[in-house]
Amino acid sequence: MLEKRRLTCIGCPMSCPLELVIIDGEIREITGNDCKRGEAYARQEYTAPCRMVSTTIACNSGLWPRLPVKTVTAVPKAEVMAVARALHTLEIEAPVQIGQVILDDIAGTGIAVIACRSLPSAPNSK
Amino acid sequence: MKSPLRSRYDVVIVGGGPAGLAAALGARQAGVEHILIVDREIEAGGILNQCIHSGFGLHYFKEELTGPEYAERFIRNVQSDQVEILTDSYVLDISPALQLEIISGGYGHLQLQAQSVVLAMGCRERTRGSIRTPGFRPAGVMTAGLAQKMVNMHGVLPGRRIAILGSGDIGLIMARRLSLEGCDVTGVYELQPHCSGLTRNQVQCLDDFGIPLHLSATVAFIHGRDRVERLTIAPVNHELIPDLSRSWDVACDTLLLSIGLIPENELSTRLRLRMDPATGGPQVTSNLETSLPGVFACGNVLHVHDLVDFVSEESLRAGRFAGEVAIGMRRPSDNISLQAGENIASCVPQSLSPDREQIIYLRVKRPLKNCVLTIGDRYEKSFRMLVPAEMIRLTLAPELLDRYFGEMLKIDVRLREAT
Repeated sequence: MLEKRRLTCIGCPMSCPLELVIIDGEIREITGNDCKRGEAYARQEYTAPCRMVSTTIACNSGLWPRLPVKTVTAVPKAEVMAVARALHTLEIEAPVQIGQVILDDIAGTGIAVIACRSLPSAPNSK
Repeated sequence: MKSPLRSRYDVVIVGGGPAGLAAALGARQAGVEHILIVDREIEAGGILNQCIHSGFGLHYFKEELTGPEYAERFIRNVQSDQVEILTDSYVLDISPALQLEIISGGYGHLQLQAQSVVLAMGCRERTRGSIRTPGFRPAGVMTAGLAQKMVNMHGVLPGRRIAILGSGDIGLIMARRLSLEGCDVTGVYELQPHCSGLTRNQVQCLDDFGIPLHLSATVAFIHGRDRVERLTIAPVNHELIPDLSRSWDVACDTLLLSIGLIPENELSTRLRLRMDPATGGPQVTSNLETSLPGVFACGNVLHVHDLVDFVSEESLRAGRFAGEVAIGMRRPSDNISLQAGENIASCVPQSLSPDREQIIYLRVKRPLKNCVLTIGDRYEKSFRMLVPAEMIRLTLAPELLDRYFGEMLKIDVRLREAT
């Protein structure tokens, strides 16, 4: 069975319009992409769509009360909300270093979460 | 309090966001020894610190980073003996002789002399006052960027049930951000018949979360005395006039505005720099120098970008040219004026010189399919698709203008004629 599917690549701001030709559930042709990221995105999006999750967690006695964090790789799209909810229960003490692993496995996905910035302690906190 | 830094600097950079940081790197590459960045926030990094989503750095670092990661890489590169960063400080005025008056949280009132100045103040958001939306004046109406700062830096939610006016990228990003925080985002309303943010943001921020985008629609009335209670939404006709007979009401407690950005040019206008009404920023030469010699401009204060990578690239160059001038190196001045022609909303720079590689940034006025861009009779390039939301960047080889003897070149985009 022949099926055509249109997607928009989210690999970069170009937002290439992709067209997939699928025969019996298998991708036979991908057109519209300007670079190879588009092809990889199309395959991933058709077979197992996933997204990066970035949010913030509470940071005690830091320069700011929130620390931005992200998943090191994209998580399955269906798990995005569960991952965000699990992250929102976390707390950390300042200081924090950029790239520091906050959690090895978020919400049973096997994916680690890291700090997106260094956060020094607030000047007036001990 | 520790006494102020120095009384004289080679290059003073106003603003420590992505533009200011890259300008400092550029000035250092030019061989300048004393560089000062002045920023009003408590740390450098600018708006990047609150842009916690990923999508930055694909051009510049060849990998996808979040805003804070992008900023921290730059801050680490900038930190050196040559560059000082003065935070919690505000430039009040710059004299035509390049004396800066600064008010500083740490040092009080300061006066510094610069050899050259880089303007890197960025831009600010348009507010409800810019579009004069009818209705009451309750709490809960704010710009999308303010909501972003509240959520991502202060950990405070702006409301529970959110409507967004304008489909700019910050609005789309905030639709996703607030959905992840458990808010109910009722919809995005856009006056124009097309989305003004990047298509990929429409896909990953709205479609992924099932948030509707209503095109050719606007907020016709804001209800609620103390707090926003509901909005009247009306479709608009081709002249962008709301049709109240077809309006409907939406219950919400918060209205976010993502209705455009304004370059923050109070210092530039006080300096009486020649401005470009199309960009809202100063006019600059191919060296990114303004109409006052020794004063340079880059980043969103010059023209509003959509990619920080291009801000960094432009600002590195501005910083390098400012550094050269500070140590007495002067390149030949421009002799060809560059003008926006058919279908072009704006272009930067506004003049060119034959002897150097040129980078030109421009925007089209409306979406165009299958078109050809020309610069006089010197340059031609075909495009499959051009949209106002995406800035176009062109690199011209130095020899392109070698045998051009005119005084002016015009950039046009025309539809390719049907064959």
